[in-house]
Amino acid sequence: MDPVGCEVNATMLTARIRKGRHSAGPSSFALDVSIEVSPGVTILFGPSGAGKSTLLDCIAGLARPDEGQITVDGEVLFDSARGIHVPAPKRRTAYVFQTLALFPHLSAEENVAYGLKDFQEKERREKVEAILKAFRVEKLRKQRPGGISGGEKQRIALARSLVSEPRVLLLDEPLTGLDAELKAAIVDDLRAWNAAKGIPILYVTHSREEVDALGERVIALDNGRVRSAGAPMDVLDAPRRTKLAQAAGFENLLSATVLDLREGDGVMRVRLEESTCEIEVPLGYVAVGSRVRVAVRAGDILLATERPHRLSARNVMEGRIVSLEQRGMMAIARVDCGVAFIVHITPGAVRALELTAGLRVWLVLKTHSCHLVE
Amino acid sequence: MEALWLSMKLAACVAVILLVIGTPVAYWLAYSNWRGKFLLESMVALPLVLPPTVLGFYALIAMGPRGPLGKLWIALFGHGLAFTFSGLILASVLYSFPFAVQPLVASFEGVDRKLLDASAVLGAGGLRTFWRVILPLSLPGVVAAAVLSFAHTLGEFGVVLMVGGNLAGVTRTVSVDIYDHVQSLEYGAANRMALLLLAISFAVLSAVYAVNRRVWTPWAAK
Repeated sequence: MDPVGCEVNATMLTARIRKGRHSAGPSSFALDVSIEVSPGVTILFGPSGAGKSTLLDCIAGLARPDEGQITVDGEVLFDSARGIHVPAPKRRTAYVFQTLALFPHLSAEENVAYGLKDFQEKERREKVEAILKAFRVEKLRKQRPGGISGGEKQRIALARSLVSEPRVLLLDEPLTGLDAELKAAIVDDLRAWNAAKGIPILYVTHSREEVDALGERVIALDNGRVRSAGAPMDVLDAPRRTKLAQAAGFENLLSATVLDLREGDGVMRVRLEESTCEIEVPLGYVAVGSRVRVAVRAGDILLATERPHRLSARNVMEGRIVSLEQRGMMAIARVDCGVAFIVHITPGAVRALELTAGLRVWLVLKTHSCHLVE
Repeated sequence: MEALWLSMKLAACVAVILLVIGTPVAYWLAYSNWRGKFLLESMVALPLVLPPTVLGFYALIAMGPRGPLGKLWIALFGHGLAFTFSGLILASVLYSFPFAVQPLVASFEGVDRKLLDASAVLGAGGLRTFWRVILPLSLPGVVAAAVLSFAHTLGEFGVVLMVGGNLAGVTRTVSVDIYDHVQSLEYGAANRMALLLLAISFAVLSAVYAVNRRVWTPWAAK
């Protein structure tokens, strides 16, 4: 068989959904999206209230869209025009909630076996055993969720939803509250499982960290609309919306006035807020004198205790450390350069440079670390 | 003692019947999105505020030889419904309805909705979800419903008197018996029965509370 044919036959989830009409008008739906999800992990990313969970509920059949169509593998699960609404129990979509929703009165293996009612006892036991092994929780099979730790609960919830071989997996922030190492280990096991099955996995998160760890494809959702879709770099590193920018981990969000355009160099100079601070940012389609928003990640800013020279970076600003705060494996410095910047540095750097509040410092900013926001 | 035995039999029958018909009603009250739901809720709660004589009066009228229920009963079984044990059961079921339905509704509503969603996406229909998830997690409510309707029926007086009258061995329950003794100034006999009823009621209730505390707390812990 030719590879193109394989592509076409691969499991594919498509959803065109409009839900929650607020008022009359063509574009007044609270949620109005059209997405295609191919096999593998696709991240659904956006601030809370963006409509991520509603979208998953519609796909799973727990909520009913006002208009639209949902198909898996070419099979229609919902079609408002034709009056089709396959009820949730018949959709074969797996769904792991943020709260996991393990049945508290059933043991781990009973939880996992819950969705296998159509199988013979022997086959059921084999399937349960195999998936508990695949997610490394076979030792907990007799325990009830109340006595199982976080991380292992997530593994059991994943096993429960995947044991019946669903056609689609929906994950609504299932790993919230776990540390990075535990998250990575669970994600690896999930990837290993899906390497053989190849189903579309839609993974909801508002954590930038998880996007970087998981991301093959990202769909950015904001205010019930798809803002952009594609590879994580393309979607998240050029945010077009302020809210999305904040959610995506751009700690510094500054308004600025355009001073001049240098089209030949592909840059322009802007003045930050009401200060005398001037920096160079990538050229945008704007006129001199217009206001723009500039987003900069706290981790993209360099900090020096002497004025640096002979650097490729174009923006060097003098300022003073206002406060210094240790948070986990990271130190957060607030620096006043006429405008306030948040800078992330390592605890090692704090010690090596003997940084303290009140110290005079220079911030270094690459032109292309400055992102223009709509 | 005959009266006590009759009361126990009546209370047990009523508790069983109420569990069977109260459960679907409670399920509907807990999960329906119908806007007129409050009407049924008020109807279920009516016996809590109505004087037993009012309820008993209408029950008696309905069960009488010219009432709709009485006529139906005569057509089916050849005898009337009023002043019989069956009539007593029927009236008691009505009178104790809220005592069964309200604990059931409360415990059904207490089940985390996400568990019901989880059950649905795992392929379980409404009935399977009810048996495997809602009912096991509502066990304390089911026990409370059974015990409260049992205890409440055991102690009822007004409805029994209105509908059942006072026929020894057929409709003379403990409470009516006590009333009889007091009327004929047999305070000693009245006291013995009253004490017995008090002891039984207390024993039944404390059994339930004890069971509730010990057995059903472990998985309620969050």
